[in-house]
Amino acid sequence: MSKILSLADLKKKRDELKSGLDIRIKALNPENSVQVKVAMATCGIASGAKTVMEFFLEQLDRRNIAAVVTQTGCMGYCYAEPTIEVKLPGQDPVVYGFVDLKRADQIIEKYIKTGEFVDGIIPVNYETVDLNNKEE
Amino acid sequence: MKILSLNILDIVQNSIRAKADKISIEITESVKNDLYRIVVTDNGTRIPVDIHENITDISEATRTKRKMGSGLPLLKYYTEMTGGNLIIESIEGKGTQVKATFSFSHKDRQLLGDIAGIVIILISVNPDIDFIYRHFTDKGNYRFSTKETKEYLGLNTLNSRSLLEDLGSMIGENLKEIEASGFVFRQSLKEVF
Repeated sequence: MSKILSLADLKKKRDELKSGLDIRIKALNPENSVQVKVAMATCGIASGAKTVMEFFLEQLDRRNIAAVVTQTGCMGYCYAEPTIEVKLPGQDPVVYGFVDLKRADQIIEKYIKTGEFVDGIIPVNYETVDLNNKEE
Repeated sequence: MKILSLNILDIVQNSIRAKADKISIEITESVKNDLYRIVVTDNGTRIPVDIHENITDISEATRTKRKMGSGLPLLKYYTEMTGGNLIIESIEGKGTQVKATFSFSHKDRQLLGDIAGIVIILISVNPDIDFIYRHFTDKGNYRFSTKETKEYLGLNTLNSRSLLEDLGSMIGENLKEIEASGFVFRQSLKEVF
């Protein structure tokens, strides 16, 4: 692949690809797709949330899973970082702790694809952190 | 946090939480002037006055009230280790600017790390925010703006994995061109996984 140094190079490459399938632009409805929230506060970032986030962004796309990956603040489980929250359509969210790449892979393969729980669930009466309410 | 790009990611979270829709990240490095400066500017809501006073005091980072955390205190600590400082300005209606100044040559100054990866993460999870990334070195400078990129490519979203990967390598190649220091360039997770 030739180096892409400017937007012009990038545009040229995109135009060449246009005949292929590679220019999918996502427009997902969060209601009926999988939602993955990665906790990205200081505690999460320090424990490796960046790698986990990159893994989910890349692998969910590569494995053709319609998913929205977003970030959230500290959920209060700093001891278990990196933590992620996964919400399958129509189900309650599940929070997983100590998510390394191996566990992230299991979460995609088992929980997201088949609904089978994997290790590392943080068992709590849990409600989604709502940034707007949290401020008050 | 061992590398500066992670600190930047952390500071930008504050801007996102302040509901900013335009966030600029600016890095200036100069061997000549022994300067390494990171400036994050946003147009979000201002930091409340009562919080602003103690915002870099780590003992104020409470678990219960959850108003402030340890991101800024940590960054301040890292800058002061090198003889630099951290300045936070927050103006009602304009936004907030966090300016972290380090000594370039000090051995405790952290390296930048995978900044291109950080910018790509920020763009992919915050599609509605305009990000501007600028990097100045003694050799030249580079500027990346999501808004300009969208306009140039005629797209209203950059949220396509292959496009984001190309953007990441574009930022990386340009940083190489201007000889940005301490910067790591990883094209894909394939090497990790």
